[in-house]
Amino acid sequence: MDCMSAPSPVELDEPEVDDLVAPATPWVTIVWNDPVNLMSYVTFVFQKYFGYSKKKSEKLMMEVHNDGKSAVSSGSREEMERDVQAMHEYGLWATLEKQD
Amino acid sequence: MGGFSYHRRSKQIIATFSGFEADLLRSLASQLVELLRNEVAAPAESDDPLEALLDFSGPTTEPEDPVLKRLFPSAYGDDTEAAGEFRRFTEGGLRDGKARAASTIIDSLEEAGLPPELDEDGLVIDVELSIGDAEAWMRSFTDIRLALATRLGVEEGDEDFWDSLPEDDPAGQVYGIYQWVGILQETIVEALWSAE
Repeated sequence: MDCMSAPSPVELDEPEVDDLVAPATPWVTIVWNDPVNLMSYVTFVFQKYFGYSKKKSEKLMMEVHNDGKSAVSSGSREEMERDVQAMHEYGLWATLEKQD
Repeated sequence: MGGFSYHRRSKQIIATFSGFEADLLRSLASQLVELLRNEVAAPAESDDPLEALLDFSGPTTEPEDPVLKRLFPSAYGDDTEAAGEFRRFTEGGLRDGKARAASTIIDSLEEAGLPPELDEDGLVIDVELSIGDAEAWMRSFTDIRLALATRLGVEEGDEDFWDSLPEDDPAGQVYGIYQWVGILQETIVEALWSAE
């Protein structure tokens, strides 16, 4: 993520999930780090689209930035496909996968 | 270049550009529209001729162009069939949405007085955007930055490399434009937060 001042390098890995908190529902939307999107923009997108508080959005954004990815929503497969589509509309790199 | 700010009384997001800056933004947005419309979002070829002829829905395979590949990434990491189905139903609409957002930039600039051909010095373009149009600009700035970064090969933490390029290096100049669009985008985000 491009933070304009002091970025820290984060390697991009193949999509795989190993450290998620297990939600009650079986599918998750993952947003992956990229070197382009601004930290403020990613926070804004989480707030605007998911209706999360600014604090929660910033926390998720920092997870993407520091860990390379974050599970930003969970629900049915159809719901997660909608979320992934919306993230692509905003230019964020997102995938969905079945929760183990 | 102060970027965007929220004007409380008119409830608009406003910015002032030189003619050169406005022309540059229009050119970037136009290139994006052209790219989105250019490489046809065609369905994957099928072995069954009847099926191939009847299938005029969306594409199922990743675009060839690296920029389009980044704008429309695979939604499923390891399941090509599911990724293909997702792409078939989403890519066309996503392309249209991104092209519409880029067109909003072009229309706003021209409504604000940017002539078809920039031929006068000292032209000043005052842009006044509704919240909705400002969000379209903001989203399209991301697409423009993703396009520029993909063409340049920008990676995490490589700022020093770009800064070390000589002033007349074309890649360095493009990187400067990429950063400038980033600063503009940052000010739109701040302005939209102020408008809340």
